[in-house]
Amino acid sequence: MPRFLIYAAEGVKIAYEALRAYKLRSILTTLGIVIGVTTVITIVSLIQGLNRAFTSEISSLGTDTLYIGKWPWMMDGDDWLKFRNRPNVTIKEANEVRSASQLAQAVAPVMRTQRIIKYQGKSLERVAVVGTTEDYLLTANATPEEGRFLIPSDVDQNRAVVVIGSEVADKLFEKEDPIGKRVSIAGRKFRVIGILEKRGTMFDNNLDILAIMPIGAFQSVFGATRRRIEIQVKVVNPAMVEEAEYELTGIMRRVRGLPAIKENNFAINKQSMFLDMYNKLTRVLWAVAIGVGAISLLVGGIGIMNIMLVSVTERTREIGIRKAIGARKTDILWQFLIESMMICGLGVVIGIGLAVGLAKLVAATTPLPAAITLWVVFLGLAFVVGIGVFFGIYPASKAAKLNPIEALRYE
Amino acid sequence: MLIQLVNLSKVYDIGAVRVEALRGINLSIERNEYVAIMGPSGSGKSTLMNVLGCLDTPTSGEYLLNNNRVSEMDDDQLAEIRNREIGFVFQTFNLLPRANALHNVELPLIYNGTPTQQRRQLAKEALEKVGLEDRMHHKPNELSGGQRQRVAIARALVNKPSIILADEPTGNLDSKTGDEIMEIFEALHEQGNTIILVTHEEYIAEHSDRIIRLRDGSIERDESMSR
Ligand SMILES: Nc1ncnc2c1ncn2[C@@H]1O[C@H](COP(=O)(O)OP(=O)(O)OP(=O)(O)O)[C@@H](O)[C@H]1O
Ligand SMILES: [Mg+2]
Repeated sequence: MPRFLIYAAEGVKIAYEALRAYKLRSILTTLGIVIGVTTVITIVSLIQGLNRAFTSEISSLGTDTLYIGKWPWMMDGDDWLKFRNRPNVTIKEANEVRSASQLAQAVAPVMRTQRIIKYQGKSLERVAVVGTTEDYLLTANATPEEGRFLIPSDVDQNRAVVVIGSEVADKLFEKEDPIGKRVSIAGRKFRVIGILEKRGTMFDNNLDILAIMPIGAFQSVFGATRRRIEIQVKVVNPAMVEEAEYELTGIMRRVRGLPAIKENNFAINKQSMFLDMYNKLTRVLWAVAIGVGAISLLVGGIGIMNIMLVSVTERTREIGIRKAIGARKTDILWQFLIESMMICGLGVVIGIGLAVGLAKLVAATTPLPAAITLWVVFLGLAFVVGIGVFFGIYPASKAAKLNPIEALRYE
Repeated sequence: MLIQLVNLSKVYDIGAVRVEALRGINLSIERNEYVAIMGPSGSGKSTLMNVLGCLDTPTSGEYLLNNNRVSEMDDDQLAEIRNREIGFVFQTFNLLPRANALHNVELPLIYNGTPTQQRRQLAKEALEKVGLEDRMHHKPNELSGGQRQRVAIARALVNKPSIILADEPTGNLDSKTGDEIMEIFEALHEQGNTIILVTHEEYIAEHSDRIIRLRDGSIERDESMSR
């Protein structure tokens, strides 16, 4: 066994006995470290859980789709009036965009409302009814699982047909095959031509309680004016989103005849706006994690330094004895460094344990999926060495420097 | 020559008062001598022992150990001397309270990197020498005063040092226990160890073959005895 390991083994043994002899004191000392480690690991795992949840939430908004509308998705409160006075987006504008854009793969005007949908005495409330064109298949990833999606002739002839979401199919038809059946929406009959694949939820909205019809049919049922229209544009290539945004801005300004001095009176929205907002939010969480973590680790570290100073004083005679029988400065230094690292280690272990418990609790009681990853644990262990050495070095070197005879005389 | 002190002085300068604990000590001690140091309280006996044990440094003068100047040694070398050359036995035992007898005796071996197996073996042998083989796993507070001192002696012996220094080793013990301890020193001396011990008791000093009497930090008398 190398000499160093022999001393280290002795150091661990001494530290273990000292910790055992002062159980309560040791545990209280670790409190700062425990709080720091627990906070950091919990928040970090929360952020990671949120990241995963958020990414899957917004995945139904394609990264390669732009949404032209009257309202921006993210705005500061006082801008509201300015946006309200903007003109509505029109179907005509959608058609202009569709014919002018080089970078668009699909352009779909979209109108929305919420209605009851009925079939043979059964009814389903608050169904998202969408009026659009065949391009919606691409812009909204509305892939039919059975039957077919809208085709150009459905749209051109304003046919009374609907493509329904999977949940509508399940709730209204149960075991029956919905294709070809007639459902009624707002007193009108629509023939079901397709059922969409299951799409899940976005921000708590069930995306499968949905009925899609040709936009002309929508307007004739629900009226054409004062309804908000959104133009969904799928870009040919995800890498071209920014160029496409630039192109669409130009087309819209031209269509609306805006002079150069006027600012845009429409908004071009995209998924990354959610991401930006989300990142802002998690930046705050990160800051809290780092702040709370740093402060409690600092406090914890000072606590450790304090207790180590007490320990050195209390054990002055012990140090004297060890020196009298041949311990070198470095042996004493290591003894106390190992002890402070072990106190720190105890704190980290308790902290990780608490954090794992908290993450489990959060995952069990809230929809937030908290997940502890291994790197966080390793980071915690790195703190052992870091904090333990940093705050232990002063007391340890104080112990190492003691003059043997003075230490032996210490009462 | 094992030990040579040349005009060695130790002054404690504590603010207003200057205590000359040792004044110009000249002293030579050969290998395998058995020396008793006597003198009234405060005459500098402990101070001298601490200097001899490399626990304390003299204010002036020279200490030659095995013809090496101790003043020229660095901290690590002094630690090594304390570990290998010197076995110190204190009046107050100075054992580690939380460690059992065996671990206390192992301690000097830990600090010179003796492997665990060998260390345990040597510590057991040392405890057997002082007749404590049945108390190896007792903590100091589970031992009598005499037994504690025997643990301390075993610890002093375990590295087979060339010098055993004992500062009033029987001072805290009754005379019967003291005699038992003195028998151990006697045996060690016969095995070739150099022994220097401080005592107040004439009958203890009579075990030795040389008595050095200190007074006010100076050697008053240094007499060898024919045995
Ligand atoms: N750390 C110290 N600081 C100041 N003075 C000291 C210190 N240690 C010892 N002295 C003084 O040095 C002198 C010698 O002390 P020392 O302990 O060597 O005496 P001693 O001969 O061992 O006495 P005793 O028989 O009582 O143990 C005393 O006057 C003591 O007061
Ligand atoms: Mg004394």
